[in-house]
Amino acid sequence: MKSFVFPEFQIIRDEEKCGQCRGCERQCAFGTHRYDPVQDRLISDEYKCAGCQRCVVFCPKDAIIVRPTPSFYRPNASWSREKLEDLKKQAETGGVILTGCGNDKPFRIYWDHIVLNASQVTNPSIDPLREPMELRTFLGSKPDLIDMKAKNGDVEIETKIGPNLMVETPILFSAMSYGAISYNAFRSLATAACKSGTFFNTGEGGLPKEMRDEFGKCAIVQVASGRFGIDAEYLNCAAAVEIKVGQGAKPGIGGHLPGEKVSPAVAATRMIPAGTDAISPAPHHDIYSIEDLSMLIYALKEATNYEKPISVKIAAVHNFAAIASGIVRAGADIIAIDGLRGGTGAAPKVIRDNVGIPIELAISSLDQRLRNEGIRNRASIIAAGGIRCSADVIKAIALGADAVYIGSAALIAMGCNLCQKCYTGKCNWGICTQDPRLSGRLNIEIASQRLSNLIHAWSHEISEMLGGMGINALESLRGNRDHLRGIGLYEWELEVLGIKGAGE
Amino acid sequence: MVRKRRARRPLYSKEICACSIFGAMNREGERFTGEGVIKAIANMHVRGNGLGGGFAAYGIYPEYKDYYALHLMFTGRSWEDKRSAKQDFDAFLCENFDVVYDEEIPHGDETTVSDPPLVWRYFAMPNKRGEESRLSDEDYVVSKVMWVNTKIENAYVFSSGKNMGCFKGVGYPEEIGEYFMLDRLYRAYTWTVHGRFPTNTQAWWGGAHPFSLLDTTVVHNGEISSYGTNRWYLEMYGYACTLQTDTEVIAYAADLLMRRQHLPIEIAAKILAPPIWNSIDRMNETEKKLLTTLRMVYGPLLMNGPFSIIIGQTGKMIGLTDRIRLRPLTAATRGDMFYLSSEEASIRLISPELDCVWTPNGGEPVVGELKSIRMVKDEVIRLS
Amino acid sequence: MAKAHSAKSQPVKAAQAYGERIDTVEIDATGIETKELNDRLRDLMQAGAVKVVLRNVCGQRYIGTRLYSPERKKMDIEIFGTPGNDLAAFLFGHKIRVHGNAQDGVGNTMDAGEIVVEGRAGDVLGFSMRGGKIFVRDSVGYRTALHMKEYEDKRPVLVIGGTSQDFLGEYMAGGIVILLGLDNKPHKGNFLGTGMHGGVIYLRGSVDKTQVGSQVEISPLDEMDKEIIDRYVSEFIERFPDLKLNKEEVLKGDFIRLSPRSKRPYGKLYAY
Repeated sequence: MKSFVFPEFQIIRDEEKCGQCRGCERQCAFGTHRYDPVQDRLISDEYKCAGCQRCVVFCPKDAIIVRPTPSFYRPNASWSREKLEDLKKQAETGGVILTGCGNDKPFRIYWDHIVLNASQVTNPSIDPLREPMELRTFLGSKPDLIDMKAKNGDVEIETKIGPNLMVETPILFSAMSYGAISYNAFRSLATAACKSGTFFNTGEGGLPKEMRDEFGKCAIVQVASGRFGIDAEYLNCAAAVEIKVGQGAKPGIGGHLPGEKVSPAVAATRMIPAGTDAISPAPHHDIYSIEDLSMLIYALKEATNYEKPISVKIAAVHNFAAIASGIVRAGADIIAIDGLRGGTGAAPKVIRDNVGIPIELAISSLDQRLRNEGIRNRASIIAAGGIRCSADVIKAIALGADAVYIGSAALIAMGCNLCQKCYTGKCNWGICTQDPRLSGRLNIEIASQRLSNLIHAWSHEISEMLGGMGINALESLRGNRDHLRGIGLYEWELEVLGIKGAGE
Repeated sequence: MVRKRRARRPLYSKEICACSIFGAMNREGERFTGEGVIKAIANMHVRGNGLGGGFAAYGIYPEYKDYYALHLMFTGRSWEDKRSAKQDFDAFLCENFDVVYDEEIPHGDETTVSDPPLVWRYFAMPNKRGEESRLSDEDYVVSKVMWVNTKIENAYVFSSGKNMGCFKGVGYPEEIGEYFMLDRLYRAYTWTVHGRFPTNTQAWWGGAHPFSLLDTTVVHNGEISSYGTNRWYLEMYGYACTLQTDTEVIAYAADLLMRRQHLPIEIAAKILAPPIWNSIDRMNETEKKLLTTLRMVYGPLLMNGPFSIIIGQTGKMIGLTDRIRLRPLTAATRGDMFYLSSEEASIRLISPELDCVWTPNGGEPVVGELKSIRMVKDEVIRLS
Repeated sequence: MAKAHSAKSQPVKAAQAYGERIDTVEIDATGIETKELNDRLRDLMQAGAVKVVLRNVCGQRYIGTRLYSPERKKMDIEIFGTPGNDLAAFLFGHKIRVHGNAQDGVGNTMDAGEIVVEGRAGDVLGFSMRGGKIFVRDSVGYRTALHMKEYEDKRPVLVIGGTSQDFLGEYMAGGIVILLGLDNKPHKGNFLGTGMHGGVIYLRGSVDKTQVGSQVEISPLDEMDKEIIDRYVSEFIERFPDLKLNKEEVLKGDFIRLSPRSKRPYGKLYAY
């Protein structure tokens, strides 16, 4: 039965340039390009094309152009092409429309409406090339004050400080599970994290045994609703444990790793039979109230002998500041909040695009709320959800976050182009696939170098901007909203963000 | 009273709370002090976070049992605020009620709790005039209570039944029990207790559980995700949801269904926590019709979200959980004593030996009643 | 054999000083908070204690959770009283016996070891259990064996003497659950095995097909099933000698088997 839906992408091949090397045929796991020996040319089936640009990049003659098909339908502001075609797909299959990556809809991006300060004259900028610029920060619970005793000129600290993570730069790698991404991609993140003095998050797929000795100390392991791969050893080999309650891309619903992506290696790590769907149920079935979450936080503290900070990751939704405040009171050391634009390997499109709130508003309202309650010191805030550049990082910190998680940005560094087909398992860049033919294309050394480069570049840009504001230590920027101004925002937005308008 | 600063648009919000609940009833009507239940709730200390605790006690005012025992709290930043709220309330009360006795509710040292309001109790009878003479005593009292809670600033009626009373505030429940000297001053045949873990710090004394209206009290563990819907429905019937906590709607729903509409608890439970349509479709014709009608008519009162609640009324203690039992509730009996608790260990603390222990099914009420009626698990049976 | 009582760690140190191996230690848990009790258990494990008896336990949580050691030390813990929630969460190979009822969350994400409960247990028993065995003498509450898992030879087992309430085996991905219904009450739980995609539930008695999830198939036992049941019923009887059960009587009952129709119950859910 022929589908009524048109191809998303148009492939234009310059026949004069094309040398029939069949490279594009080999590169595309979707089977888009096919060599026709009779005509001695490459033929492309546009219906299969995902627009990932792999063939374009790797064509030795630059003979291919792949671009979104111009729309055929009469322009309609309400019935956009996407809405029309999704509807037809559902009529054809009766299924839920799945997608990957983060929210691509034109909700306001507050990062682009916030501008930064620079110092002049009265408080001179600091020269980041020659002066020390400190980006180190500590994530975890801090006491309100320290009791000290001076003895023979030595100062002894009596207050016991809870476990904290030390990061050299406020950029961490977000949770992307082994299963959703390939082993090579996963290992690249781990390698880069260790090299750059930061941390990576294992996501709910667990940490393969062979990686624990080398990378455990840079790992934040996740305890998600599916409880995959969790045993006391896994918890204790890591630097921190994160309870995943929700994520920005799909708040309120669970995760679904199709059986195709559960290879024997993935199955061994997650401890389920190979080929079974790895279903993460929507809620943690033992957390139905805040005191249950508190119970799990303390169960994990017990299981790790109170030696590791426990983090809780929630999606930013309505009323989440009250929930987050409850979570801090429940004993969490770190709160990770994931906004509307958070990415994922697979989520129903309707949830990804409609549920949640932008992270910028979330950070400020949470920071404000915790400060009002006098408990801001008890937990660090890590913000996630569509951080695209170092300016976003700085703005996030100025709004109140301690650090940020980058997910999509890290994958883009490794080659991803956000084609949103992650759930098919056919990622041509070798990132979101379990097919060894494809994942083998991602060289761990090169990919981890690219990630380290990214962190290095952003850290340097952050130093530049900090210096420009006359600050040489990150802790002086956290929550310092005086250095931000808004442009083109409504009154209520300025209020929620807690910043003034430019010129005010 | 903590009134939110005037927002440009009316924004209502609700606190989310999670917690521990406990109830103990002597089905022969023998009254006992609060000491045991204070110990039991303290055992579940970790379920709360010290920002709220409260008790409801039945049978504590035998000398005034025919009068409405109104418990008031007068809040406000300064002593002046509290005094002036009391003055306003006293004036209102004298016009609408005959007061036979009133006094400050005895309590311990104020420095042991955080920012206590002035708490006062009045024993009064309605003094109906004009149009209002047509109202029943109870409807009259309800309308006056709603009026006070919405119109008189800094004054809240937090208990309004006969021969019963609520005691609540900001602090761990055992601290509140100490503050109001519940282990020494009162003997009741039913005690229900609550320890709170709210996620809004401006925890205020009125926000603690139990919530009550006339002699119905509710302590609640969980969050009502249908709050917005339940609230609009109840507001149509004259209930004002002013206390910024979702539990309020349960108390008002219980009042609407059981007192005003005279529905028995089994039916009210089927409105608040009805079975799933799948099960209903498989029932016999009579039951199917009843349940379908209830869901059609009372749909907006369906309480969605995890909850376990203990409802207290004169002569009754009722435990109920949501349809899919997302919050725990353990029931137990020992002789004439009937217990409900979030955790079994607390019951064992005060009664190490128990006759029966069980966890009721989701959506099915467990009812303990005084004297002639027997309480059973799984179903409520009335013996003639 | 040195018997020591609760006064801190003196007996532990004293015994160590004399080079004795500590065998059984008793702790009176009256008035001791969760963290302190678990601190002591951990100290005892590190010092080499092999058996601990806890008395007057009343609501203390996570007993058995703090006992992870890379050397995989094993302890035997007996509990008198009512342990609090999350008993033996993340258990790493120890043995626990409860002389009384247990509350919610027993064996939460348990990895290995054994738990025996002489009484009933509450909700969410064996949540995400991935190894080891749990035996409960009476009945259990809601959401038992939720998302239980197995991998190769690591197969958790849960045997319940009575019945269970709703949502038994929800999202089950592996493991064995046996419900013996020894109190002869009917199995009234609903939504049994909803979302099941692995593992198996054996039920002694009967359930209507409206009580089980749509992914579940009800079938009679085959030879392999009978062997498994025989083995675990024997183990159950051994652990509860006071019940004076006769194995033949138990095995004579009508057993049925609940298993998933497919490994991919949600395969058709999404439009790709």
